Amino acid sequence: MISLSQVCKRYPGGYDALKNISFTLQDGELVAVTGHSGAGKSTLLKLIAAIERPTRGSIIINGQNTSSLRPAAIPYLRRNFGLVFQDHKLLFERTVFENVLLPLQITGFERRESAKRVRAALDKVGLLDKEKTFPITLSGGEQQRLCIARAIVSRPAILLADEPTGNLDAAYASDIMELFKSFNQVGVTVIIASHDEAMLKRLNPRLLKLNSGELVL
Amino acid sequence: MKNWLSHHAQSLWLALKRLLQNPFAGLLNIAVIGIALSLPSGLYALLNNLENLSRQVSSEPQISLFLNMQASPAEVAQIQMKLKNHPGVRNFQFVPRDQALSELQKAAGIGDVVQSLTQNPLPDAFIIHAKNSSAEALQALRDEISLWPNAAHVQLDSLWAQRLDALLRLGKLVILILAILLSFALVAVTFNTIRLQILTQREEIEVAKLIGATPRFIRRPFLYIGALQGLAGGVIAWLIVAISIHVLGKGIADLARLYSVNFQLNHLNISDSGSLILFSAWLGWVGAWMSVSRHLHRIEQH
Repeated sequence: MISLSQVCKRYPGGYDALKNISFTLQDGELVAVTGHSGAGKSTLLKLIAAIERPTRGSIIINGQNTSSLRPAAIPYLRRNFGLVFQDHKLLFERTVFENVLLPLQITGFERRESAKRVRAALDKVGLLDKEKTFPITLSGGEQQRLCIARAIVSRPAILLADEPTGNLDAAYASDIMELFKSFNQVGVTVIIASHDEAMLKRLNPRLLKLNSGELVL
Repeated sequence: MKNWLSHHAQSLWLALKRLLQNPFAGLLNIAVIGIALSLPSGLYALLNNLENLSRQVSSEPQISLFLNMQASPAEVAQIQMKLKNHPGVRNFQFVPRDQALSELQKAAGIGDVVQSLTQNPLPDAFIIHAKNSSAEALQALRDEISLWPNAAHVQLDSLWAQRLDALLRLGKLVILILAILLSFALVAVTFNTIRLQILTQREEIEVAKLIGATPRFIRRPFLYIGALQGLAGGVIAWLIVAISIHVLGKGIADLARLYSVNFQLNHLNISDSGSLILFSAWLGWVGAWMSVSRHLHRIEQH
């Protein structure tokens, strides 16, 4: 369960990215965060993943208040999430396989079991035949799918995606949305932030609409 | 436990891979470390050899014990026993008074003088070599022996020993200072290498942090790089010393023969060699640790 109450985020310099946001998400929900660019979608996702800390208010994830967590506990909190970034954040000197392996290395997973899981994740996003190539040889859509494979390989309970289809053409984008839908169908909480409200609506999600840092829907 | 081990193996593997990614820079670093460390360790090896030499040459510090003229053969035998059983005595030589006189007679120029003597004025004597040839130990031994019955006079050839001792101590001090300075250099070299490594791995560090890596997980490969580099540097330093000793060895043996001394340069022994290499690895680890704690913190703030 993810619960925000009266969360504000003010960046240094006095810019209020989020104002007084409160909502509660149940496990297994499919949530779309929409709004114009600059509305605070990315900030919201970063706050949930404890990449940023709220200026005010509390964010409770699975019973833990992220703003009062010790710094040493944050890595363990992050392991609850699968993160999908608009700019993929892939490691270009690692192969496709090694990129997906990274989260399992971090959690100290056993090697043979890791390899199985990596292949399962790559199979899921349709990149199994590219495991030995390097990310630079992949197309934009493939890179995004690789990023998704890395996000799901450790089987997180919550998947956070920030503009996952930002610079993809429509066909690729709907592929990716279908992927998210399929994860949600097996019980993963999926939160997708995108300015493309029309496409998100096809997933039939719960909508959280932001406007200038305020929740309007 | 198994996971933890495989984690370490992974980090070690990653460290090796990163070192090999840029072999030229890595080799240069290792060479710098090796050369820096070879200087104090080479001097140390030389000093060790000098200490050996000082023990070997004839003018080794010795204690001369002159007995009372009245000492009976039984009493002389008693002293002989005492010396034999003394833990601080390496070996000794008995010079009976008759032998001393005949030796004196043989000495050029005073043979006539000696012949004119009506009785032997020389006492029985012992020439004693101590096990421990440090100035303090010799002094203590001398003081002890001079209290024995029938000991008329105990003479210590200690000035020479003291001078050598002081010289060796000075040499050791110089080596210590050199070692400390060059250790700093080693730490600095590693610090910088790791800083560059962190800069090139910056993206990877950021991503790893985002997906839940602990600081320890991120730190570990860098620490391994530092330690491996130090270890390799230590091995290079050892090789430099070993090869130098090998090359110099023959020349020095020839030189020693001209002074009619049988002398050979010894290599660093096993425990010294081990200490050199492990110490070097440890210094590398320290440099890496300092660098990582400083620079990872910066990445965190971004």
